[in-house]
Amino acid sequence: MNALGQYLVNGLMLGMVYAMVAVGFTLFFGVLDVIQFSHGDVLMVGAFAGLAASLGVSALGIGSPWLQLVAVVACATILTGLLGAAIARFLILPLHRAPPLNTLLATLMLGSVLRECVRLFYPDGANPNTFPALLPGSSVQLGGFALRVDNIILLLAGLAVIVGLHLLITRTRLGLSIRAVAQDGETARLMGINFGAVVLLTFGLGSAIAALAGVMNGLYYNEINFNEGLLLGVIGFSAAILGGLGNIYGAILGGFLFAGLEVLGSAALPTLVPDIPSAYKDVFAFAVVIVLMTWKPTGLIAEQMSERV
Amino acid sequence: MSTMPPSHAGSRGSVALQIALAVVMTAYLWLFLQAKSQIEVCVLLALAAAAVFAASRFGLTRRIEAASRASPGAGPWCALLATLALIAAFYDVHYVLLLICTVLLFSTACLGLTVQFGYVGIANFAGAAFFGIGSYTIAVLAARTGISHLLLILLSGVVSAAIGSILILPVLRTRGHYAALVTIAFGVLFHTFVEVNNVLGGPQGLRLPGIATFGYAFNDGFELFDQDVSFYVPYALLSLVIFGAAYITIKRLERSWIGLSMDVVRTDETAAAAFGIHIARWKVVAFMLGNFLAGVAGSVYGMMIGFVSPDNFTFSDSLLLVSIAVLGGLGNPLGLVPAAFIVLVLPQKLQFIQEYRFLFYAAVVIAILLFRNDGLLPRRTRQFFNNEASR
Repeated sequence: MNALGQYLVNGLMLGMVYAMVAVGFTLFFGVLDVIQFSHGDVLMVGAFAGLAASLGVSALGIGSPWLQLVAVVACATILTGLLGAAIARFLILPLHRAPPLNTLLATLMLGSVLRECVRLFYPDGANPNTFPALLPGSSVQLGGFALRVDNIILLLAGLAVIVGLHLLITRTRLGLSIRAVAQDGETARLMGINFGAVVLLTFGLGSAIAALAGVMNGLYYNEINFNEGLLLGVIGFSAAILGGLGNIYGAILGGFLFAGLEVLGSAALPTLVPDIPSAYKDVFAFAVVIVLMTWKPTGLIAEQMSERV
Repeated sequence: MSTMPPSHAGSRGSVALQIALAVVMTAYLWLFLQAKSQIEVCVLLALAAAAVFAASRFGLTRRIEAASRASPGAGPWCALLATLALIAAFYDVHYVLLLICTVLLFSTACLGLTVQFGYVGIANFAGAAFFGIGSYTIAVLAARTGISHLLLILLSGVVSAAIGSILILPVLRTRGHYAALVTIAFGVLFHTFVEVNNVLGGPQGLRLPGIATFGYAFNDGFELFDQDVSFYVPYALLSLVIFGAAYITIKRLERSWIGLSMDVVRTDETAAAAFGIHIARWKVVAFMLGNFLAGVAGSVYGMMIGFVSPDNFTFSDSLLLVSIAVLGGLGNPLGLVPAAFIVLVLPQKLQFIQEYRFLFYAAVVIAILLFRNDGLLPRRTRQFFNNEASR
């Protein structure tokens, strides 16, 4: 019971982080049909910005963890939001008319730049950094299972972000503009929507959500690393594509699916085949992704498209 | 075009021009490779930049291009002789020979990527994985079997292509970003697999014996005219042979109807299908051939270094291969060598770049994509005829 519960919480937590990364990928793909592959590293930059903020706040002598948390979240989201908008303005939009491979490659390389910048220029960036535990560490007894309060808070926060995003997309004027641009950029422009502004806002929004995911990840594992963004980016991209690019609900589904696969891999593989260590969980998860891609080449919730000849 | 000289009169001149170019390049590379101090390297780089600028400013670039079109046979021979001259000049300097081998082998692997990216348009972001499969295959087979090492090099390529073939179905069924994901997932999968697999040495990796063939071990080195010759010389010669063979194959392929079909598949699949071109066939051929080349290059590289570990085959290394292919000009086999030189040798020579190596080449690739999006030496439209008259 205890182990099962732990697997469940772990899976939900991972799924929440993956879904939040995947949502960014799918938002960007929706508005511009591009893959912003430095997304994972933007997440990492957000986490490091949060870490810097928490260190700065404690250096000012503010001890309250809640105030620190506010500073961490604010600093991470604002900085990363600006970074995302800047990426769109100076890299994605100029390359908009180029072949898709060029954009993919340019953003992959930008990911390397961000990663290397943190490794080389952040103080002690090359080593794993401890992320401060800002949430209460007590736990609630639930049957035979001890549920930690910080896990509940993180899960609820992630849920709030996803619900908030859903409301933003479906209920607000900005969401309407985003959907219009995603549907057809040219027509949206003709209807008087400020195309450039919507694109920049979308990239800022997606990147800010990634920063939140990075902070959540840091709070959960109490450690951040300069190269964690790469794998998180690849996983987020996989999740977005599993669900079907351009579909936010598909991305969320894909995120939880991928987390489920990983947890299943680490939990079930050693019991099924005794010789296999649980470290094969990533191998298992990515193998399933390849198989799923073969079965459904455009994702589980496929983008509606047709080709006229 | 109208300024191009008539083919007969220009033929001898164009050969002379190409030979002169080869001599200048060889001299420059010789100076560059043996430059010791940072200042020398910087001066040489500035010189190269100035020369390139001046050449394009005063129309020399166009004349060189016209010359290589007028007598296409001369260029490859010049390049071959120039490389041999460089190997001979540095016959006892291990480090420089290692750099030359690395450039040649990585260029070979990137020739494979060129077929995949540049000809049929399959995005392969697992280049390092196929390179690594070659290294690991030869590591295991050389330790466990007594098969001739030269045969093992070919076999490593075959194994690499065979393991790659499990990706064929997903690669054929998916397009664009979705296909990119499949190869990225495979690359990550491969890296995690060798890292946790104890049979393949886990994170520590495996040791490899050097290549031994016809009773002669490459790693022993040898004496020629009472001079100790570096043991890297045989590796350099082998790498040169492999690169040359791969280059000729790819060039032939490009100029044949196969290359033409591949180009159509890349530019417009629907049109290709409408013209009765078998899309799947050419995608499979290109994918297998590319992975074969990567595997062959990887096996020789592994034997040369004497050591394989998972850390050499990460996603970043795949990106390094891709950036060489893009830097050289996608689909242009000729551009790969200078691009590989820039990506692999420049950071080694400029010590202050060493630490910033990945940052440096990533920034360079971004700049190229933004400002010169065809790469350093863009691919030209194919020309089947040498002179105007036959058009």
